Amino acid sequence: MGNFELNKSIIWINLLIWYREAIFEKRYLNNYLNGENNMKKLLSIFAVVAFAFSAHAGTLDDVKNRGFLKCGVTTGLAGFAAPDDSGEWAGLDADMCRAVAVAVFGDRSKVEFITTTGKSRFPTLASGEVDMLARNTTWTISRDVNLGFEFVGVNFYDGQGFMIPSALGVSSATELDGATVCIQTGTTTELNLADFFRLNGISYEALPIETNDEGKENLFAGRCDVYTTDASGLSSTRAAASDPDKWVVLPEIISKEPLGPLVRHGDHQWGDVVRWSLNAMIIAEELGITSENVDAQMSSNVPEVLRLLGVEGNYGEMLELSNDWAYQIIKQIGNYSESYEANVGPDTPLEIARGLNALWTQGGILYAPPFR
Amino acid sequence: MRSNLGFFSDEKFRSIFFQTLVIGLFALGIFFIVNTTAYNLEKRNIATGWSFLQNPAGFDISFSPFLEFKSTDTHLKVYFVGVLNTLLVSITGCIAATILGFLLGIIRLSSNWLLSRLVYIYVEFSRNVPLLLQIILWYSILIQLPRVKQSLQFLDVFYISNRGLYSPRPIFESGFSYVLIAIVLALVSSFLINRWAKKRQDKTGQQFPVFFSSIGLIFVVPLILFFILGSPMSFEHPELKGFNFKGGLVIRPEFIAMFLALSIYTAAFISEIVRAGIMSVSKGQREASAAIGLKQTWIMRLIIIPQALRVIVPPLTSQYLNLTKNSSLGIAVGYADLVHGFGGISLNQTGQAIECMVIVMATYLTISLTISFFMNIYNRSIQFKEK
Repeated sequence: MGNFELNKSIIWINLLIWYREAIFEKRYLNNYLNGENNMKKLLSIFAVVAFAFSAHAGTLDDVKNRGFLKCGVTTGLAGFAAPDDSGEWAGLDADMCRAVAVAVFGDRSKVEFITTTGKSRFPTLASGEVDMLARNTTWTISRDVNLGFEFVGVNFYDGQGFMIPSALGVSSATELDGATVCIQTGTTTELNLADFFRLNGISYEALPIETNDEGKENLFAGRCDVYTTDASGLSSTRAAASDPDKWVVLPEIISKEPLGPLVRHGDHQWGDVVRWSLNAMIIAEELGITSENVDAQMSSNVPEVLRLLGVEGNYGEMLELSNDWAYQIIKQIGNYSESYEANVGPDTPLEIARGLNALWTQGGILYAPPFR
Repeated sequence: MRSNLGFFSDEKFRSIFFQTLVIGLFALGIFFIVNTTAYNLEKRNIATGWSFLQNPAGFDISFSPFLEFKSTDTHLKVYFVGVLNTLLVSITGCIAATILGFLLGIIRLSSNWLLSRLVYIYVEFSRNVPLLLQIILWYSILIQLPRVKQSLQFLDVFYISNRGLYSPRPIFESGFSYVLIAIVLALVSSFLINRWAKKRQDKTGQQFPVFFSSIGLIFVVPLILFFILGSPMSFEHPELKGFNFKGGLVIRPEFIAMFLALSIYTAAFISEIVRAGIMSVSKGQREASAAIGLKQTWIMRLIIIPQALRVIVPPLTSQYLNLTKNSSLGIAVGYADLVHGFGGISLNQTGQAIECMVIVMATYLTISLTISFFMNIYNRSIQFKEK
């Protein structure tokens, strides 16, 4: 009902038109005597009123009507969201977008990826230009409350780190006194950076940059000594360097950066769809369901597996999706582990161990509510 | 027919009626936009109001030559740092663009074929390539300079690297204020001498060496005083310590890129304005002044330029306005101007886009109107005095 004011005025305009017609047109008398036509007109008014009040449908309906999902991603961060060799968007965040598209349409290709910078991401989401963001965005109270968004979960637990040329021989971030630091503006990392240096009583010069590519360019040219962003982003940048061995990521992790998908505040139905698309991937890993064995699992005797895959219960209907939505996600995207290993895991150029992102049963903190 | 239309046949009534209608519709439109925005902001739980200005910014700005800035300072201070940085690049840019533009405009008219062709190429190139590209070009060149550890060194005190140009910083000791007072007094007295000399020349025709006497007053007298007081000034030299140079004055590549791009781009337009101005002075003026035996330099200074200025100044004003507004492109290279700091980072950290943008727009409007105001005063002073 975001356009409530507008809709009210539409009603008034329609009423005025009808009134004018009723008073001035000569048909008026006939219609009045006739009665039937008048009834039609009255019905048409009700239709207009009903339309005006329902015009602002939920995001889920908007997405369904449009036929594809609009998903906000980074301008290119290998492992999270970046076009691969064939021009297809790939990465952990890209998979998140695709999982939601699969949940809604059963088709992983029904996504339009819209690139956003650290700065443009929030206005883009707030204005409805994208349906959701899966863009390395840290869940903080001010974003959740003050900016009017809804973080639906965490798809990567990250923390802010520092990357520096190994030739400088620095082994700890506390030795960075006087360094020039490349920092993406409008991020939580910018605030953490100021706090970290203030806390340790050391000075630095900030070189503000807009995108990860700009950061790379300035770091590799030596305009800044240090690049700071989420540790995963550093691994990604390092992997993209011509000689990765020349760069080290310092051991300090100076912040909590739970990264997750987010939607606009207030549309709970849509929030639920995105939240459970993510949870379904995590639960699938817990239950050992992979894209390869998902068909065999359809005849499993574990009740939660059957509920997740839509064999039992009507959880899909509750979300206003088809009942095999989770099956399709696992079949077409895979479970969380598969997505992780393919995009950022130890076998990829990023070489990020599961760490915090392992399941809660395996020493990490990845935990999804039960599927029942 | 007339009777059917009634009031409407009255031209005056009709005119007022339609004007009122247009204003009414306009006001309604504004009201509608404001109302809808306020409604939707509230609906989406987006914070509004001005209290965020007093909140600590939480981030650092490294380029703040006039104010000391810490991350615990408020967003309001971010705003002031931004305004000062915007003014810095605008004012220096305007000065450089004016000097360069005047020189090039005159050279373009010179009879030296090669020189005038070169200026022609320069003008056509720099005014036809988008300014944003020029800014990025200059910046890309500047960050390809040697790294800080391999800085180029000049005269043992200047260092150039891709972190900027480092130079010694003067430190004024007690007693230097007398030198400053001497300079101010010298400026005032030169001004008075100039007026007196003009009057005397008008009366008697005798000339007075105003230029040299002013130079003497402004430079030589304070210099002598400076040495008498025992040189109350020392220099802090930049030194490479750890990652960076410590101490000294530094001019950042972001600033240099902005300064170069803005002044070179605008100078191209100004040179065309100057050329048009000079060409607008009729050829007869030059010939007549040559006929009465004036020197070439005097013809330019006393006859041509004063008349050309009447044509030059109005479009020059709009070039100054353009340059100031174009300085907002500093965001492309991370120059910490108003748009980058307050209209960018503060906006993004607080999420209060409308408030920040309103303030930024109002600030540019104020700066532009101030420039126009002073240029209009100047313009009036150089117009023909009709009696």
